[in-house]
Amino acid sequence: MSLRVLVAKVGLDGHDRGIKVVARLLRDAGMEVVYTGLFQTPETVASAAIQEDVDVVGLSMLSGAHMTLAPLVVEALRERGSDIPVVLGGIVPPRDLDELKALGVAAVFGPGASAHEIVSVITSIVAATP
Amino acid sequence: MATESAQERWRRLFHAAPIRPGKFDTMSGIPLAPVYGPSDAEFPGVYPYTRGVHSSMYRTKLWTMRMFAGFGTATDTNKRFREIIRSGGTGLSTAFDMPTLLGLDSDDPMSLGEVGRCGVAIDSLADVRDLFAGIDLSTITTSMTINSPAAVMLALFVAQAEESGVARERLGGTLQNDILKEYQAQKEFVFPPRQSMRLVRDTIAFTAAEMPKWNSISVSGYHIREAGSTAAEELAFTLANGFAYVELARQAGLGVDAVAPRLSFFFNAHIDFFEEIAKYRAARRIWAKWMREHYGATDERSWQLRFHTQTAGVSLTAQQPEINIARTAIEALAGVLGGTQSLHTNSMDEALALPSEKAARIALRTQQIIAHETNVTNVADPLGGSWFVEELTDEMEREAEVIFAQIAKMGEGSMLEGCVRGIEENWFQGRIADSAYALERSFNSGERVIVGVNAFLEGNDEDDMATLRITNEDERKQLSRLEKVRHDRDGERVTLALERLGREASDPDLNLMPALIDAAKAYATVGEMMTALVGVFGRHVEVPSL
Repeated sequence: MSLRVLVAKVGLDGHDRGIKVVARLLRDAGMEVVYTGLFQTPETVASAAIQEDVDVVGLSMLSGAHMTLAPLVVEALRERGSDIPVVLGGIVPPRDLDELKALGVAAVFGPGASAHEIVSVITSIVAATP
Repeated sequence: MATESAQERWRRLFHAAPIRPGKFDTMSGIPLAPVYGPSDAEFPGVYPYTRGVHSSMYRTKLWTMRMFAGFGTATDTNKRFREIIRSGGTGLSTAFDMPTLLGLDSDDPMSLGEVGRCGVAIDSLADVRDLFAGIDLSTITTSMTINSPAAVMLALFVAQAEESGVARERLGGTLQNDILKEYQAQKEFVFPPRQSMRLVRDTIAFTAAEMPKWNSISVSGYHIREAGSTAAEELAFTLANGFAYVELARQAGLGVDAVAPRLSFFFNAHIDFFEEIAKYRAARRIWAKWMREHYGATDERSWQLRFHTQTAGVSLTAQQPEINIARTAIEALAGVLGGTQSLHTNSMDEALALPSEKAARIALRTQQIIAHETNVTNVADPLGGSWFVEELTDEMEREAEVIFAQIAKMGEGSMLEGCVRGIEENWFQGRIADSAYALERSFNSGERVIVGVNAFLEGNDEDDMATLRITNEDERKQLSRLEKVRHDRDGERVTLALERLGREASDPDLNLMPALIDAAKAYATVGEMMTALVGVFGRHVEVPSL
């Protein structure tokens, strides 16, 4: 069965080039992709992920709000009893990486991450999730 | 009298133009003419302006080095503005944070984590006052990069100026106010497209009547390109939006010559050097032809496309960030050789964070090297007459005309209707996403090279650049500033002003600017004014599509 991914824009950031491109690349790799649309909250993303029964949530953030909002998405999922892993792509300074991982973000893809890297990391994260 | 040739007209204009002090020769002393070309060539300053809008170009005045900046609170950004001016910047451009761009106050629940992050947080008149404290707005022009709440920001700016004793007639500057490209590309929208266009109409009419030195719209291709379009799509979508605003103003009873001279443009400078130069040359020629032949403009200023340029943020890499200085220099040079009126150069660290002060200074220094060391400013349109560049310019124009025909068809002859329908039907958004995807695939396959990303990776592990850090402390500072404004103001006056705004919004024949200025002076917040308008106009929700 193919992997199901929810790609989501949380907060006020309207930059949607990255998320659309990545969504198509994931589809090319045989994954099923659902897109939330813009301006979601951590709660709407968590609910959609559970309802759509996805294997992984991918957030795209370029506005600098990742340290606040990405952990809130993880928290909203866990509060709802879900183990769905959350990955993040966008403009993320290297110094934030360790803290994001500590707060439960499974992987971070910076600018220039290749389709191959994104697909293989997501696949192995999902494989490692019970 | 015999018809004057382009060359004769150019000569007459050039001799009447003021020339800045300096020697216009090569480093080795070879004297240079202000422009080169055979007697039957096109010439700068002469219709259709392919070679530049001014006969003397940079011999009269260098481009404005307009650096885009904004982060944290108004006080933080004011400090950066002053640093830019101290370093020789000649214009300012304000970057607002996401809540401000979407018309939300800093204490709105949706603003959590976004306050002051990718621009300055502006909630009320108090913030605008601090933003420009100590900056002489009669000598430094200001551009405000805001769209959905553009009318609100204009009201705040007018209110601030009038409180400090500067009449609105004297204010010079630019409001981005280009809402069409928000739906197409940048996606910071609030109201539905047609309701938004009413606000654009009100700002055009208000500035035409009361602010003679103000550019009412900066029609922007920059964001269209950043969102993934090709160069020809950037060119065509942007000019089509420009045509749409001219038609909008005409519907409001304003003649093309009352509006077109007040429109300026804003293009991307991407890394494909000659394609970008051809794009700027084609833009000028197309605009001149359409204004004169299609819209019947008779004022020469209506024919002249003036533009700001920003180097391409998307071309920057997080890997080996120092090499972005080289990319930005090449892109900036394309803007200058293409005849830009104003330029922002990106900083090397912008694929990682907002620019540090040092990175921003290096970016400004890059412009100063081009302006003062390279001598490229001596001769107008130095690439004019190159068989390659002329053919590429023609090709850009041909591709743009094909797109104009498609938009006109969607609008049954109206570019205004075509642009709005194209948005409502996701036509622009779909084309941009398709182009972005095609380009990304070419990077992933290795067909196109990006140094440090898919080739030449040695050194990628050494990245350790100190970047600007914006903390939650800045968010807390802004929240307490806002709380103080709400506490100190006359609540009754605010309520009345917001009621008036809502009432007048319901009458499409009224111009909303007076009600907005009144509310701004009462210290109504950006969020309160926008909420009053949402109550009447509703909200736009984009149908998600991949």
